[in-house]
Amino acid sequence: MSIEVRNVSKRFGSFTALDDVSLEVEGGSLTALLGPSGSGKSTLLRIIAGLEEPDSGDVLISGELATALRPQKRNVGFVFQHYAAFKHMTVWDNVAFGLSVRKRPKAEIRDRVDRLLQLVQLEAFGHRYPAQLSGGQRQRMALARALAPEPRVLLLDEPFGALDARVRAELREWLRHLHEEVHVTTIFVTHDQEEAMDVADQIVVLNAGRVEQAGAPASLYDEPRTEFVMRFVGEVNRIGGSFVRPHDLDIGHEPLDGAVEAMIDRISRLGFETRVELSGADGEPIIVQITRDQLEELELERGQIVWVTPARERVFAAS
Amino acid sequence: MGSLANDAIAIARRARSLGARRDRAGAALSLGIVTTFLTLIVVLPLAALVWESKKAGSHGFWAAISSPEAVAALKLTLGASLVVALLNAVLGTITAWVLVRDDFRGKALVNAIIDLPFALPTIVAGLTLLALYGSRSPIGINVAYTRGAVVLALLFVTLPFVVRTVQPVLRELDVEMEAAAASLGASDAVAFRRIVLPNILPGILSGVALALAKAVGEFGSLVIITGNLPYKTEVSSVYIFGRIESGDTPAAAAVAVVLLVISFVLLLTIGVIRHVTTRHDRG
Amino acid sequence: MAKRSLRSVALGYLVVILVGPLGIVFWRTFQHGLAPAWNALSAHDTIHAFELTLIISAIAVPINTVFGIVCALAIVRREFPAKGLLNAFIDLPLALSPVVVGLALFLLYGRQGWLGPWLTAHGIRVLFAVPAIVIATIFVSLPFVAREVVPTLREIGDEQEQAARTLGAGGWQTFWRITLPSIRWAVTYGVILTTARSLGEYGAVAVVSGRIQGVTETATLRVQQRYESFDLAGAYAISIVLALLAVGVLLAMTLIRPQEETA
Repeated sequence: MSIEVRNVSKRFGSFTALDDVSLEVEGGSLTALLGPSGSGKSTLLRIIAGLEEPDSGDVLISGELATALRPQKRNVGFVFQHYAAFKHMTVWDNVAFGLSVRKRPKAEIRDRVDRLLQLVQLEAFGHRYPAQLSGGQRQRMALARALAPEPRVLLLDEPFGALDARVRAELREWLRHLHEEVHVTTIFVTHDQEEAMDVADQIVVLNAGRVEQAGAPASLYDEPRTEFVMRFVGEVNRIGGSFVRPHDLDIGHEPLDGAVEAMIDRISRLGFETRVELSGADGEPIIVQITRDQLEELELERGQIVWVTPARERVFAAS
Repeated sequence: MGSLANDAIAIARRARSLGARRDRAGAALSLGIVTTFLTLIVVLPLAALVWESKKAGSHGFWAAISSPEAVAALKLTLGASLVVALLNAVLGTITAWVLVRDDFRGKALVNAIIDLPFALPTIVAGLTLLALYGSRSPIGINVAYTRGAVVLALLFVTLPFVVRTVQPVLRELDVEMEAAAASLGASDAVAFRRIVLPNILPGILSGVALALAKAVGEFGSLVIITGNLPYKTEVSSVYIFGRIESGDTPAAAAVAVVLLVISFVLLLTIGVIRHVTTRHDRG
Repeated sequence: MAKRSLRSVALGYLVVILVGPLGIVFWRTFQHGLAPAWNALSAHDTIHAFELTLIISAIAVPINTVFGIVCALAIVRREFPAKGLLNAFIDLPLALSPVVVGLALFLLYGRQGWLGPWLTAHGIRVLFAVPAIVIATIFVSLPFVAREVVPTLREIGDEQEQAARTLGAGGWQTFWRITLPSIRWAVTYGVILTTARSLGEYGAVAVVSGRIQGVTETATLRVQQRYESFDLAGAYAISIVLALLAVGVLLAMTLIRPQEETA
């Protein structure tokens, strides 16, 4: 089920949340809406779900115009950052809710809920209340609940934002597996570029209510179209008028073509990888990533003056 | 895009405005119910009251509220209410403190009976006080038909307010803050004045304002125990009641409008206190 | 010790103001056994007074409960102009003298009031009859449910409701299955307060009821009437029943408060 957003704009008072945003999401894909807070990514997701009404523009779900439909008629699954668990219901009743409001037969509800609880590994927790679950378990329950009515699309708003780092990584992995299994068109909102890169097969970068760039994770990283995207999807150095990723810089003791002079401020060894922090001639900070072998070979030390050469750099037109 | 698709979009657009209209209709309906009900039950009667008070013109209005008996009643009402509010500020705060920080057998019971004056009919409160502090007092204290009785009855009916506004604030207050103050060399008294008091002051103030509002309008607990003696124990509510009984509704309405204004001012004060404290909490 | 003396002050204060007087009334009522109290309570007019009080509460409490919930939802979940004004008017019954309330109704529904002549012409009796007592009771017990529900609604937020919407629930389904269960303890608490106020209202009812024995006399009015007829035993007996109801209310409040705090 594809999703299409056409020229959607939304203002809250004097604040422009979305400014003429258009995007297309292929059926069955797993897409990340990536951007800093206030970029409009959550608003866009809520507009797709029907929880907000756009001031102008349209939303199409599998080719049908959905802008007029109220959320309960859109058949989208929505997962909230803070779970929005129904506190007065057991886990089982939470997952069954979407089916029971549709007045499905009891036997069918029982089957489907049991199957979903198994899928999210909560089959032993059906009789518990949300307050008795951990954050990660609650989020899995919310996911099962959203999937129960067999939604056409699954929308997740910062699904892992409220969890600690270890659980986050686990759930991320798990979401990717789930998507492979269920194969429902999925859009999730995140401000974490690593999360987006890791999970999604398409990333849409939003900034100040506009789409900066959309594409596969690799293309966004390697061929960012704007300075914003380049900075947002990875660490970056600015040398002169161009931008270079830390691993696209070479350090040497000889001035090669295009090299700049810099002094080493700090060397941190992070296992296989080594981070070298330097300051350039104008005092601007430069960060270089090299391997442990390179570090040993070059015999780098704090306070040394070295030459830094960009292997691959990008220049953006002033915006 | 084909013209068929364009048609579909046009139809769907119309549907959108219909859907939105249905949501808005729901909002308007609930708002309509609330407004109509409030107008019928609260606003219309109060408008009739204000209207009646203006019937005799501004001259009549002033004459009604400046009649010696009305002035005496209003002075007593405000005076006794202020005394009671101040007593509440002190005793209510102490009670709240004891209920939060102290520990003794039967504390839960004591905590529960604080609300009794909320639940007990005021007329019963008056009768009850008379039983212990009236002419048949078993302990020989007789305050019936005196101004002491007014203060006593008002203390009874306003008892829960300060306790219940201070208690939650005190419970939230970090005990470590007081411990820190003590470790910095502050005595108990200084710690209370410089650390605890500033934090619970908004609670005390809004409790005092609530108690004031309750005291200024009190009627039921006073009618039996005060004897309603004009110029001596007659408060404004009782005075109004007397004017109604004798058919002088313009005078009753004039004094009632004064009480109405006082109530509004106190409500506004409570609103401001609440507003200021929540901002303080956020900042 | 400071702690001990503060405790004495607090407990002493409660005994002087609250516990002492109530204890005396209990003692006085039952000092000659149960019979006098029972006789006083079984008088025809007394029974009628209690019946009337219960009927009034049975009408006023449900109306105020529905109103309170609708009102709280409007205040928390909707944006509209003059919200502050609505807030002020809802709190007003808490701060207003019951006699002023009674007078206002008296002036609206009385013979020379705005609605009085029209009502008389259509043969509808409001003042000095049950309808006026009902309206007065609704007025004075208006804010309790809304005041209890508003903070709870704010606290739970509307995410659960939004989740229900995305799962296919309509407005009514969302209200009955999500919103109402989430605020049930606050509503219960508000209903208890409303009931207490309805059973115990005196001033406003005293003005609008006409105090006709056996017709418009409520339990609280009956206490006053018995006292004025020098029937102290009767006044005490009725008071005890009302006090026991109040204790029941208290008990319910104490049991429900922890539920509300954890919900």
